Amino acid sequence: MSAHSLSLGRILRFAILTLGALIFLAPYIFMISTAGKAQSEIFSSSLTLIPEQWSYVENFTKALSRVSMLTLLLNGVIVCAMIFVVQVVVAIPCAYAMAKLKFRAARLMMVLVMLGLLVPIHATALPLYVAFDRLAVLNSYTALVAPFSISVFAIFLFLQFFRALPDDLIQAARLDGMSEIGIVARVVVPNAWPAITAFAIFSVVAHWNDLFWPLVVVSNQDYATPPLGLLFFRAAEAGDDYGALMAATLIITLPLVAAFLIAQKRFVEGITMTGLKG
Amino acid sequence: MSILALRNIAKCFGGNAILKGVSLEAEEGEFIALVGPSGCGKSTLLRIMAGLDHADGGEIVISGREVSSVAAADRNVAMVFQSYALYPHLTAGQNVAVPLAMRRLTAVQRFPFIGNLLPGQRQIRADIQRQVKEMAAALKIDHLLDRKPGQMSGGQRQRVALARAMVRHPSVFLMDEPLSNLDANLRVHARGEIVELHRRAGVPTLYVTHDQSEALSMADRVAVMIGGTLLQLAPPQEIYDDPAHIDVARFLGQPRINVVETRMDASGVVRFGALTLAVENSAPRDAAVMLGVRPEFVRLNGNPNGTLKARVERTEFLGSEVIVHTRLDAIGEAIVAKVTPVEASVLSDGMPVSVEIEPDRAMLFAMTGERLQARTVAVAPTLEKAHG
Repeated sequence: MSAHSLSLGRILRFAILTLGALIFLAPYIFMISTAGKAQSEIFSSSLTLIPEQWSYVENFTKALSRVSMLTLLLNGVIVCAMIFVVQVVVAIPCAYAMAKLKFRAARLMMVLVMLGLLVPIHATALPLYVAFDRLAVLNSYTALVAPFSISVFAIFLFLQFFRALPDDLIQAARLDGMSEIGIVARVVVPNAWPAITAFAIFSVVAHWNDLFWPLVVVSNQDYATPPLGLLFFRAAEAGDDYGALMAATLIITLPLVAAFLIAQKRFVEGITMTGLKG
Repeated sequence: MSILALRNIAKCFGGNAILKGVSLEAEEGEFIALVGPSGCGKSTLLRIMAGLDHADGGEIVISGREVSSVAAADRNVAMVFQSYALYPHLTAGQNVAVPLAMRRLTAVQRFPFIGNLLPGQRQIRADIQRQVKEMAAALKIDHLLDRKPGQMSGGQRQRVALARAMVRHPSVFLMDEPLSNLDANLRVHARGEIVELHRRAGVPTLYVTHDQSEALSMADRVAVMIGGTLLQLAPPQEIYDDPAHIDVARFLGQPRINVVETRMDASGVVRFGALTLAVENSAPRDAAVMLGVRPEFVRLNGNPNGTLKARVERTEFLGSEVIVHTRLDAIGEAIVAKVTPVEASVLSDGMPVSVEIEPDRAMLFAMTGERLQARTVAVAPTLEKAHG
């Protein structure tokens, strides 16, 4: 068997996978490496992966002291959490109604959801900016969260998942005396965790890494999200202290990497979304 | 007074009439089986009764109250689903407790965390637990209460579903093919159990099935529904022996009833083989009619002078009985007979036989399907020529 396990085909497959992994990981690896290099070494002509002189402590100290990294991370957590919670609270009842209730506007709503999927945030950015400006809510969590509170993608994702929920289950719940809200809270949500987890990945990753919208509505460092903070950091450092910049980048990417590694199994489950067994 | 009454229930789906004015009444403690081929509207009728679907017309009266516009939860009917529809995220015990908790506890008391702090709810919860335990003991599922539906077998899930439906003492009990997901052995066993439970609880039960043996063996009365119409509602023996419609006769009985087309003469007399039947209805005379006879009332013998000559096509051995397929020489119609293995032992494929019909067991139907009452006038001498 062991001879078979290293057949030519297998070696080839491993080689291709390894090559692919290297290509995708290279920038991140280079970032980790640069975060440990002194200014002089970064601009030297030789390209080394292992820093000759370990400057991690120095660079990380700079990254943590020059901008308030803690505020950035906290803002990131608050904004992502608020967006995710509001999206789920809005999308689940909406998707439930579209999947399991019969009403006249269901088709129209489906069309609207599909249209909504086609419109990027960039298209509506300007009107939203003007509106927020008039409402005087620029530079606030509201401005960061509100445009994403209704996620058509979430509605679409949950809709597909809820359609697979057995109708009998919903009807049994009705006979047991649950209201529609009760059904959503007590029957649908507890059985929709795979879908909610899958959506959490998409939502949190997208909004943690989002630079465009925070850049539009936030100019005050107190409300900056991590990617925007990096931009401020570069500006503050006149854009040439790459060691510290890479250290800062490393810090803000770490939470997502850590979260993925810890919950890897659930993430994969969520994405593959093995259906619910009745 | 009837505890459940349906009057003229009608339902259409996109122009297709699924239910065409169905009326039905159930007495206190009665077990009614609603049987019919798939797609006949029996499940739709059950759903309308439960309040899960709206009828386009008609009345539903439960315990003297018109409930057409009452929500499912407030009708006090319980239902067992074909798929059992247990909550997959709750244990068996929690599943059974749900209907009680939804009724006894207020919305605030049910609220997570906060509810547990409110006065009075502890007593109610303890009471619910006690009832769940009693119910579980009655259905012998006490050892399963901590398991989730995914960890249980089909039979166990079915019992939990029964327990969940029965625990709140509904005024009507609806079952939608609750045994169709069980294997054959378990199904026969579960039949007896459901009947026993029904006797003990005394709650009127409406049981939907497509399995005629389930319907005939379990029910006090059987309702046969075909094509959205309730054709007959009668005790099992009566509906089998005295069907009101050809479709009822065809649907019940295994193997199916033999039906041959023949003619009624101008005086209202039908002759078929050795039989002479006089029609007593005021049906149009001198018209085609259908003669039906169940396979167990068909006799086969080797008499070469019989009036109905036939040939054995094949035999099916079923242990206690043998099904013999024959074809009449004169008109080419197939006639199936159910005989004992002893009688069948002398038969072989291709063998000529003569078919005899038990005179009092032949039934006549109009071509539209309605039953025609007929009495046997005479059994003609066996030499008379077959009428076809």
